[in-house]
Amino acid sequence: MPEIKVTPLGAGQDVGRSCILVSIAGKNVMLDCGMHMGYNDDRRFPDFSYITQNGRLTDFLDCVIISHFHLDHCGALPYFSEMVGYDGPIYMTHPTKAICPILLEDYRKITVDKKGETNFFTSQMIKDCMKKVVAVHLHQTVQVDEELEIKAYYAGHVLGAAMFQIKVGCESVVYTGDYNMTPDRHLGAAWIDKCRPDLLISESTYATTIRDSKRCRERDFLKKVHETVERGGKVLIPVFALGRAQELCILLETFWERMNLKAPIYFSTGLTEKANHYYKLFITWTNQKIRKTFVQRNMFEFKHIKAFDRAFADNPGPMVVFATPGMLHAGQSLQIFRKWAGNEKNMVIMPGYCVQGTVGHKILSGQRKLEMEGRQILEVKMQVEYMSFSAHADAKGIMQLIRQAEPRNVLLVHGEAKKMEFLKQKIEQEFHVNCYMPANGETTTIFTNPSIPVDISLGLLKREAAIGPVPDAKKPKLMHGTLLMKDNSFRLVSPEQALKELGLVEHQLRFTCRVHIQDPRKEHETVLRVYNHLKGVLKDYSVQHLPDGSITVESILIQATAHSEDQGTKVLLVSWTYQDEELGSYLTSLLKKGLPQSTA
Amino acid sequence: MAAHLKKRVYEEFTKVVQQQHDDLSTKKLRLTKPSKSAALHVDLCKATSPADALQYLLQFARKPVEVESVEGVVRILLEHYYKENDASVRLKIASLLGLLSKTAGFSPDCIMDDAINTLQNEKSHQVLAQLLDTLLVIGTKLPDNPSIRMRLVEVACKHLTDSSHGVRNKCLQLIGCLGPVEKGVAKEAESQAAKDVQKIIGDHFNDQDPRVRTAAIKAMLQLHERGLKLQQAIYSQACKLLADDYEQVRSAAVQLIWVLSQLYPESIVPIPSSNEEIRLVDDAFGKVCHMVSDGSWVVRVQAAKLLGSMQQVSSHFLEQTLDKKLMSDLRRKRTAHERAKELYSSGEFSSGRKWGDDAPKEEIDTGAVNLIESGACGAFVHGLEDEMYEVRIAAVEALCMLAQSSPSFAEKCLDFLVDMFNDEIEEVRLQSIHTMRKISHNITLREDQLDTVLAVLEDSSRDIREALHELLCCTNVSTKEGIHLALVELLKNLTKYPTDRESIWKCLKFLGSRHPTLVLPLVPELLSTHPFFDTPEPDMDDPAYIAVLVLIFNAAKSCPTMPALFSDHTFRHYAYLRDSLSHLVPPLRLPGRKLVSSPVSPSITPHEDPSQQFLHQSLERVYNLQHLDPQGIQELLEFTIRDLQRLGELQSELAGMADFTATYLQCQLLLIKALQEKLWNVAAPLYLKQNALASAAAKQILEETYKMEFMYSGVESRQVVIIHHMRLQAKALQLIVTARTTRGVEPLFGMCEKFLQEVDSFQRCFISELPHMQGSFVDKLLDLMPRLVTSKPSEVVKILQTTLRQSTFLHLPLPEQLHRATANIIEPTGESDNPLRFTSGLVVALDVDATLEHVQDPQGTVKVQVLYPDGQAQLIHPKPADFRNPGPGRHRLITQVYLSHTAWTEPCQIEVRLLLAYNSNRSKASARNPKSTWSESLEALPPSENGIEGTIPFSKPVKVYIMPKPARR
Repeated sequence: MPEIKVTPLGAGQDVGRSCILVSIAGKNVMLDCGMHMGYNDDRRFPDFSYITQNGRLTDFLDCVIISHFHLDHCGALPYFSEMVGYDGPIYMTHPTKAICPILLEDYRKITVDKKGETNFFTSQMIKDCMKKVVAVHLHQTVQVDEELEIKAYYAGHVLGAAMFQIKVGCESVVYTGDYNMTPDRHLGAAWIDKCRPDLLISESTYATTIRDSKRCRERDFLKKVHETVERGGKVLIPVFALGRAQELCILLETFWERMNLKAPIYFSTGLTEKANHYYKLFITWTNQKIRKTFVQRNMFEFKHIKAFDRAFADNPGPMVVFATPGMLHAGQSLQIFRKWAGNEKNMVIMPGYCVQGTVGHKILSGQRKLEMEGRQILEVKMQVEYMSFSAHADAKGIMQLIRQAEPRNVLLVHGEAKKMEFLKQKIEQEFHVNCYMPANGETTTIFTNPSIPVDISLGLLKREAAIGPVPDAKKPKLMHGTLLMKDNSFRLVSPEQALKELGLVEHQLRFTCRVHIQDPRKEHETVLRVYNHLKGVLKDYSVQHLPDGSITVESILIQATAHSEDQGTKVLLVSWTYQDEELGSYLTSLLKKGLPQSTA
Repeated sequence: MAAHLKKRVYEEFTKVVQQQHDDLSTKKLRLTKPSKSAALHVDLCKATSPADALQYLLQFARKPVEVESVEGVVRILLEHYYKENDASVRLKIASLLGLLSKTAGFSPDCIMDDAINTLQNEKSHQVLAQLLDTLLVIGTKLPDNPSIRMRLVEVACKHLTDSSHGVRNKCLQLIGCLGPVEKGVAKEAESQAAKDVQKIIGDHFNDQDPRVRTAAIKAMLQLHERGLKLQQAIYSQACKLLADDYEQVRSAAVQLIWVLSQLYPESIVPIPSSNEEIRLVDDAFGKVCHMVSDGSWVVRVQAAKLLGSMQQVSSHFLEQTLDKKLMSDLRRKRTAHERAKELYSSGEFSSGRKWGDDAPKEEIDTGAVNLIESGACGAFVHGLEDEMYEVRIAAVEALCMLAQSSPSFAEKCLDFLVDMFNDEIEEVRLQSIHTMRKISHNITLREDQLDTVLAVLEDSSRDIREALHELLCCTNVSTKEGIHLALVELLKNLTKYPTDRESIWKCLKFLGSRHPTLVLPLVPELLSTHPFFDTPEPDMDDPAYIAVLVLIFNAAKSCPTMPALFSDHTFRHYAYLRDSLSHLVPPLRLPGRKLVSSPVSPSITPHEDPSQQFLHQSLERVYNLQHLDPQGIQELLEFTIRDLQRLGELQSELAGMADFTATYLQCQLLLIKALQEKLWNVAAPLYLKQNALASAAAKQILEETYKMEFMYSGVESRQVVIIHHMRLQAKALQLIVTARTTRGVEPLFGMCEKFLQEVDSFQRCFISELPHMQGSFVDKLLDLMPRLVTSKPSEVVKILQTTLRQSTFLHLPLPEQLHRATANIIEPTGESDNPLRFTSGLVVALDVDATLEHVQDPQGTVKVQVLYPDGQAQLIHPKPADFRNPGPGRHRLITQVYLSHTAWTEPCQIEVRLLLAYNSNRSKASARNPKSTWSESLEALPPSENGIEGTIPFSKPVKVYIMPKPARR
């Protein structure tokens, strides 16, 4: 029985370090190649020695697919391809290919330059790695080799995020990566057709959450910013450079445009400008509104948002500043925060989750006096707001995607075990499909039931369709033909053609059966009775009485002779060819029941 | 052998059918003109190759064929059809047959047999499909011939087994369009086709081709539209189709489900996998709701739209659509809406939100959470959050319709609607504001909701702001803080966008009159009065202060205690505003003062409106006094006209009626005056001066009649007759005057003939109305018609003159509602002293903003005219998209007019005004059904001899100061 094997090297009952191995019909595919943010040792990268102890990875993997540019999905890529060694194709979408190296370079800089680690991948390695990347378009079917093909679907989440369908023959797997089922201000919702894969590998970050409508959160956010600005206060929004930052920018930009506001909005420079450039380029990957209006104006060409300069922080009057990093633990955002914290007119909005120990976490948990370095005490008088903008599908979204794709099996990754358990139970209960949630290193095997295509010649199909009742879509139809297995292909051909092709001679197979009937009358009278009986019963068939004293029903011949010993018993000889087996056996059983007494 | 026998059976069957044909074919004899068909025949015979023949046919198809020769042409085509071997040529012939049978006035029953015969030997699927299409055309042309229809349906049923989807498609379409609708007729007609068409179509719901499945559902819907009651059994089949792989099938299936839910709302259906049963409409509602989260947006739009019209659904199902249980980490969480509501009801003022304010509360039982709801759960929550704005708009519309019928649902959906005010697409925002206005009678806004609503007042789009003002006009606010908040925000809006002045005042007027008790406690604060100190008198010209006063005065109208709180200057301001902005400030009964406005005596009950009475009385008077001496009539008419005009100014509701009648009387007066002239008694050429007067009168009457016909909405055919009659009289007058002044008879011949033609067409158009016009001009004229036609022009003139004098004057019946089309140019205001400078030869865009009232089909009729000082006039057709429709009978024109001129030495004023274009050919009735609304279509109409096109200015001209500068070299 054919099977699909799935082994998560990372992201199995865990978030971070996404890396999943899939073996499908003899092909091995690696899905994502990410790093873990929680670790700084060897555990930060997946354990590639699982694939092979010695020898090149290229020999064991047919291809690698990267779903999007977040580091927990692509962070280990240069290490994997350059340091461990892999020369095969790497597939990702165009935006991912464009933005991925920026983030990798940033990640490398922080680890090597700031933390001073050695034995890390170099800039050159990132470049070399990116040379191995093959970019794909949405809904483009890419033939990796003769049998393996992949296809990308839109996933929302971040610019260029995609779900991938991996297909060999008629077996297929869909890997969702991270996705979002509700549209936001700059991206649309994930979408997949009814592809009915054998296995759907889905993320499950929010397996136990059903979220409120996005609109309320947006409105709250805008209202807060607006009120503060109207009061003449300053708003600080600490963000990470990519993804949510662009969404918030669009949100504020359109709001400023709509409400005709004049207060300046700044964005701290750096990697963002480069990234914004790509957002401008990949308009087709954004949502309906941006796609429709970009002819007049590209929404990412911000009118109200300008680059930030350090000196602006001391300017009087209201302003809004986006600054990195997002958790207020270092850098520009922290500097600005220290400047503005003392004024109760100002406000800081935390748009995401903050790790314990960061300034962001402290102020969110209500701490009002912060100890800064140098025993300084900073009193926080400014308002602190929390606003969650997350781009993962919630439990409902995951269920919706499963409903759309109609998979035969589901496998959950990228989430916590306890939460997965709940979702797993729900999926099994509502869709009646098997659901798996392997841990890292654990292999799940799924047996598939592939359908095997067989070619049939048109002539035979038409001939067979013409026989019997009108074709009815509701009922399966019985067909006669010969199955030829030749040169690794299956064909259904007519018997004559099969004989011809195989060089065989046709044999006639004829069944003959004797039926004894108690009838004292003469032979021809018996024949006549049988004839009348059959004619009465088989109304749809042509029953004929031939002059030589035999009866034909279609092509079946019936003859009657008197029994050599007992003249009262007549022997009916029924003879039919193999093709008429059905009718022939019916006829014998009919005759065995005897003739009706009424005619006697 | 079995196959062989089957074939024979079929052959026999076909023979039987053919014999039937022979019985039926009773061909009529027709004489056909050979010309057209003969030419075609020659052409086709000449054709050597199929490509040639195709070319001939294509050329032939471009020219229309007259009714008489259709049949001949069809015969020729059919002849060639049988000869032709090439499928594409046969296809073209088949399509031509269809086209020809569409010819108006041609009855295609004579060619039907032939058309059916052609089907029999046809092998090509495409041609078969086309032939079936032709049959469909033929069938629809013969709506009242059930036996022919039955035959066609039978033919279609026979081809349903065809292997090509195209043919099956067409068959189903044909059955859908022609299948018997009444049960009884079907039974007696013929045994074979009496088979239930629904069953036949239903069998194809499971066809292997999605296109055929779609066609089957569409055919079923077609049957429904034609009045056949669909069977309930189809429902379960249709439900299965909702899970189809193809979007067009799902989309059609949703429609079918909807139709069935409207047909059998109360029948009970079982819920699968349980023993319970629910009403069909509820079940269908749940299913349609489910489709709101379909994968294809086309289906989502369809589903969202249909939700709105399922109003019989039970309320708990309905309310589920807004329900979405939130949870976080398996613990129940409240939605932002619930939190807002709680804050409000606990009386706590919204504090700065802390992190974790929305922290999840109680644990949820894992078994109880239903992630995929079978029912209607959260359908609107999904629909309103959809990615495509088309879906969101559809959802908002559906929400509106459901909320209009269910007050409790309206209350619940409010939060969601308010959220939509912040959608990223303006259209959606606008739509949701309009929706809110429509359901405003069912709802009262909470303070936090009002807050969100008012935040939108700062929107830079004028449409949004104005829609919001409209909304505020009819909302209910619950607290005095709410009123205060609204006022503050409106004033903020006023300072930010001063052009909104009018709209904001109007909004405050309604806000005040709706909430007098809430405004009362706010009065001292709003007027900033102090119990002990006199406060400075505010500036009377400040729009913000006027806004506050409008609010207060309107509230004071139904709150008699309020004026006690006013200070002295407030009373003075009241008097001023009551005069200057009388449409915004109501009459008040102020204590200790004379009533400033004219007293309204309370004894008269409103339905016996005195002004209405007055109008009718004065008209009665005029109509009764017909036989007074001319002098008396003239005076009476003059007085009545004056009265009516004044009445129109005073009573805005009656303005249309009064103006209309005044105009009519004016025409009458002019006519009488013209006829009183002495010139008629004396020899012609001596009285040139008076002639001028009479011909001017005729001209003016003509103009006025056009105004009467085209400027008023609500004019019925009874009035149109009178107007046309008046026009006829004016034309008669013109003829007489010309006859008097011109020498020689030749020009008169033409004129007389034309006039008589007009009389004739008048008679044809209004034949039904003639009995009401006893003793009128036309009545007499028609009596004399035989004489007129034969006599010389001079005699005709003489007869006309006497009839004109003797004819009585017609009573003008008044319609129920009559409104005069008016236009008011808001922008440009014409007050600016700064000339608009631009370089000569280039263009400058002038923003024009105008309100139009009671204009029918403004896209087709309203034009902008620009008059330059040199007398040059320019007529501009605004784009159809420039017209908005904010309410019934009202339109708003916001457009840009491009001006250009050669250089001037100094700035000068140009005039801008709006014109109403008319075409006397288009009778009122035809103008009402909107055909093409492109302004070009007016010009495209062929000008016939008596169709007069013209324009009526219907707005005050506005002067704009412009200065084209010479171009610098």
